[in-house]
Amino acid sequence: MSPQLGEADRADAALRLLQAYESGVAIPPLTTTQPGLTVEDAYDIQLRQVARWTAQGRKIAGHKVGLTSAAIQRQLGVDSPDYGHLFADSFHLESQPVPVGAYLNPRIEPEIGFVLRTPLAGPGVTVASALDAIGYAVASLEIIDSRIEDWRISLPDTIADNASSGGVVLGSVPVPLDTLDLRTTGVVLRRNGRIEQTGAGAAVLGSPVNALVWLANTVGALGVRLEAGAVVLPGALTAAVDVSPGDTVTATFAHLGSVTATFAAASQE
Amino acid sequence: MTEATNWDIDTAADVLLAAEARRQDRGPITDEWAGLDLGTAYRVQRRLVEKKIAAGESIVGVKLGLTSRAKQERMGIDSPLTAVLTDGYALEADVPLQLDQLIHPRVEPEIVFVMRKRLEGPGVTAATALNAVESVHAGLEVIDSRYIDFKFTLPDVVADNASSARFVVGGKAVSPKNLDLALEACALSVNGAVVDTATGAAVQGHPAEALAMAANDLARRGEAIEAGQVVLTGGLTDAVFIHAGEQIGAEFSNLGSVFLTAT
Repeated sequence: MSPQLGEADRADAALRLLQAYESGVAIPPLTTTQPGLTVEDAYDIQLRQVARWTAQGRKIAGHKVGLTSAAIQRQLGVDSPDYGHLFADSFHLESQPVPVGAYLNPRIEPEIGFVLRTPLAGPGVTVASALDAIGYAVASLEIIDSRIEDWRISLPDTIADNASSGGVVLGSVPVPLDTLDLRTTGVVLRRNGRIEQTGAGAAVLGSPVNALVWLANTVGALGVRLEAGAVVLPGALTAAVDVSPGDTVTATFAHLGSVTATFAAASQE
Repeated sequence: MTEATNWDIDTAADVLLAAEARRQDRGPITDEWAGLDLGTAYRVQRRLVEKKIAAGESIVGVKLGLTSRAKQERMGIDSPLTAVLTDGYALEADVPLQLDQLIHPRVEPEIVFVMRKRLEGPGVTAATALNAVESVHAGLEVIDSRYIDFKFTLPDVVADNASSARFVVGGKAVSPKNLDLALEACALSVNGAVVDTATGAAVQGHPAEALAMAANDLARRGEAIEAGQVVLTGGLTDAVFIHAGEQIGAEFSNLGSVFLTAT
């Protein structure tokens, strides 16, 4: 897989995605407006936006891994995950309403978040070194969003769009890994009190640690190291659920406690 | 079909037993017999089981079906349906599933109860239901509708003993006192690759809720769940088809694992 688009086309795609954040208006799939867009093009487009954001002073807080379940990989016809960047200013506090109007088409999904104790530099990262680098696991909710119209994404579309990253809400109980079976840690996702989804860590590439290994080795090949203190969202335990203004979403995990995201009512924004 | 069947409870039971024995799926009975309502369907189910007993099988328990709210809403009901398990459906551990005995089998992982006390409605709650449970086990259920493409109405599937075909129960017995069954998780795998995950909350919010609702529903038909019986509490995930040579596994947080291989 090599770049197909020229420099100008990649810069233009990045600009149109940046404008979608500004305007709140999603754009047509890049794969329809720029046929031939490859995965490599798409990561270049993502990194151009990341460079813009960091130049604006936004702080990278970690990474997310996406497309980690058998169901979503089947749906998009892919056999590999993807990754995006998490920014500190997109982390919301549990007790404070998330401004849902800041998102275009938000959905939410429960994850077993990792916070790194030591840096992790691929290539060559194994399950053993990845587990060793994790400081703790924490109950997490990821708000995913798409700057592409109606989530009509193929693999390069979501990669270019920062892996459909939106926001993060972390729980407040750090749990060391030595008491956890990541594969069979279960979660129940409720929206406004109603059970919407259930799942377990095994939904994430067999185990969430496998997503961390993939991430460390993938960004490692590009010379990027995962830093101590970084947050890694390794992938969703269930299918994503749509959210609307006024919703309250709670993920209750075995062993990790719960995490709640409240979304501001339309009138509060 | 060249000749109109003269439908009654006994005929429907015979037709379904023949479909099972000959591995010959058929159209919904309700297409041909407008009189097959839910109450009649449970009488067909009872007759079907009586015929299995007359042929030498024994009743070993109860299975609950349509235990997810999504499936109930699709079918227009608000509590699980029930079916009767006989020893003819029971698979021994590590004995392969014989696909040539079945029509179009699908497999789903379940939380399985073995009852310590008789449970008779009405008035059963999740708490009293759980108190009647002796042990909790991992399980895999093989369903195999006698209807073409699993296409049926609610009375059809009830009459067909809720698509019951085979089941296997894991050997590890765990006391319900030490479990949070709403958060008891299961990873379903095919040949080692995880295809779906869920927790016990997928079953009516909690498997004991499903058990209580089933006990109360059975009481309306004059029946109870007996001490010592096995209860399959309902599929945690969507059912997956099983093909020759495949190994399906269900790995649970606390209940251990159970596997099924098809030949």
